[in-house]
Amino acid sequence: MTNRIDDIFAKQRQSDRKTLMPFVVGGRPASGSLHGLLSAAHGAGASIVEIGIPFSDPIADGPVIAGAMHEALEAGVTPESVLEEVRQARKDTDLDTLALVAMVSMSIVYRFGAEAFCKRCAEAGFDGLIVPDVPLEEADQITPHAITAGLTTTFLIAPSTPLDRAKHIAERCTGFVYMLARSGITGEQGGGPSEQLANRIAGLRESTSLPIAVGFGIASGEGVRQVVHNAGADAAIVGSALVRRLEDAPPGDAANQAVGEFVSSLASGL
Amino acid sequence: MTQAPLSNVPNTAGRFGPFGGVYVPETLVAALNQLETEYTRAKADPAFQLDLNNLLGTFVGRPTALFAARALTDHARSLSKSGEAAHIWLKREDLCHSGAHKINNTLGQALLTKRMGKPRIIAETGAGQHGVATATAAAHLGLSCEVYMGSEDARRQRLNVVRMELLGAKVITVDSGSKTLKDATNEAMRDWMASVDNTHYCLGSVVGPHPFPMIVRDLQTIIGVEAKHQCLGAFGALPNAVVACVGGGSNAAGIFYPFIDDHAVALIGVEAGGAGPLLGQHAAPLCCGEPGVLHGSLSYVLQDPAGQTADVHSCSAGLDYPGVGPEHAFWKDTGRVSYTSVTDDEALDAFTLISQREGIIPALESAHAIAHAVHLAATMRAGQHLLVNLSGRGDKDVDEAHRLIEARKP
Repeated sequence: MTNRIDDIFAKQRQSDRKTLMPFVVGGRPASGSLHGLLSAAHGAGASIVEIGIPFSDPIADGPVIAGAMHEALEAGVTPESVLEEVRQARKDTDLDTLALVAMVSMSIVYRFGAEAFCKRCAEAGFDGLIVPDVPLEEADQITPHAITAGLTTTFLIAPSTPLDRAKHIAERCTGFVYMLARSGITGEQGGGPSEQLANRIAGLRESTSLPIAVGFGIASGEGVRQVVHNAGADAAIVGSALVRRLEDAPPGDAANQAVGEFVSSLASGL
Repeated sequence: MTQAPLSNVPNTAGRFGPFGGVYVPETLVAALNQLETEYTRAKADPAFQLDLNNLLGTFVGRPTALFAARALTDHARSLSKSGEAAHIWLKREDLCHSGAHKINNTLGQALLTKRMGKPRIIAETGAGQHGVATATAAAHLGLSCEVYMGSEDARRQRLNVVRMELLGAKVITVDSGSKTLKDATNEAMRDWMASVDNTHYCLGSVVGPHPFPMIVRDLQTIIGVEAKHQCLGAFGALPNAVVACVGGGSNAAGIFYPFIDDHAVALIGVEAGGAGPLLGQHAAPLCCGEPGVLHGSLSYVLQDPAGQTADVHSCSAGLDYPGVGPEHAFWKDTGRVSYTSVTDDEALDAFTLISQREGIIPALESAHAIAHAVHLAATMRAGQHLLVNLSGRGDKDVDEAHRLIEARKP
């Protein structure tokens, strides 16, 4: 069985197109929102959506995403409830060409057991998995189970990652690799990509054929354009800027509309 | 085949048996590798050891005393069915400069910070003792210092906030989550992710990703090394048992580690039993928790069934933490150390007892160890010896302890 993420990147490459990968927090702005948000994002040009599973102590996240996760937990959102929303959304055949990636802390994965967690994610309709607090040294606790379940697994590459280590990280990834545009936590600050980012991407290309997605600090269509065109990434990941808009919007149609409009503006940079 | 000694941990992957490891975003890996490399070099560098030992001697006031607690021993006898009890000895870490064992660790890490050429040091703090100890080391060694502290802890340990500020540190209060140590740790890690190039994160306990649990243990091991030597001098034998309180577990690791391979010595860690046994009422992950990942390592944690960190409670801000060092998890599972807990009420009773009978006002954290030690001594024979780590003094706790003791009056 082929994986949606592989299919999407293969098609995009054939047609020399770039990929937009927005991030939302599961259970926000309200439980039951996910299907509508995914439809809106897909319709506005997103090919892959990352769904963050709320965690009580997300150390890699800045105030916007950490705050949204806190609100979700206060409202009773659980990993189970997020999986259920994914399961419901997957009934919509219009979303068949939209890939979904779970972004989840190792604290949650460990609690379920990595094998069981990967299986549950795949059954619910996820296509890929990112566990941001699992570095190369611990990657073997995730990768084999993800592969068995049919999920891609992506590990992070930071600006401080030496090139030879980045190559090893890419070897452990399937689907795509995730390169951080800057150090620090998630957030909109950071501006456009530097020449350094372009060099890092070019360097990594020599040793991996996997698509390279870039995230952290991308907050506009112009930011997307710089990452995918100037720096040469295959995909741009946008989290905090979208989550902030969702947190400000009332749940329901207004939230869907906010997502549609903002994703459209991001997609203008593709 | 003979088994490797239990002290021979962690392995190169930072594992204590199955526990420990490195569960952090990639952004921090380079800094952790740099820290491990620099620490390995420093450990083998006589100049570094000389600098550290000079500071521990003339600045901290080491070695700290071993004190025969006769009134506590008498009290234990009065509780004993047989009328016999073990002699209780206190390792007086409360006499360390800045008030607790925490300074043993912060001076070592501050010297490492200088070696790495980083001008800035950050820390998390619960009771404020680690924050004060970091601010003290930073002031002495000319580093700029910022300390993250939960707003609930800043309220109940106000004196330590003032001390940190007087020492030139900036205290950043944290209003997220439970507003205590866990949340301060989150914020310190977030700061470090954006500042690794010029900043060292001085973790305050034997927790977090490798190499922190190893480094902090090693730096605190001086407690047990001194105590072992002092016991041999004072009563010509090793103690029969050693008792220490466990929050993150640094004072306990420091006093236990030199005894780990002395299997005749019983080692007992005392966690915060808080207000009761239900999840949310206590801070006793070793007694009541399960293995899980928190703040960069696998250890026992207090979590809900979905893996979310549970709320915790203790009268002692320094023990009010849902996780514990991975080496303690290893010691628990191997059976080498036994872990128990003491409630807020029992700790307050011990706080009053040692204040009034020995003339020593202990930290509320250390009062947990005293509470268990008195009862344990009462089950032991005359002529046996029980060593307790009195990890800190109670100056920081006088307002909070007074409030809690008044609140208990009928």
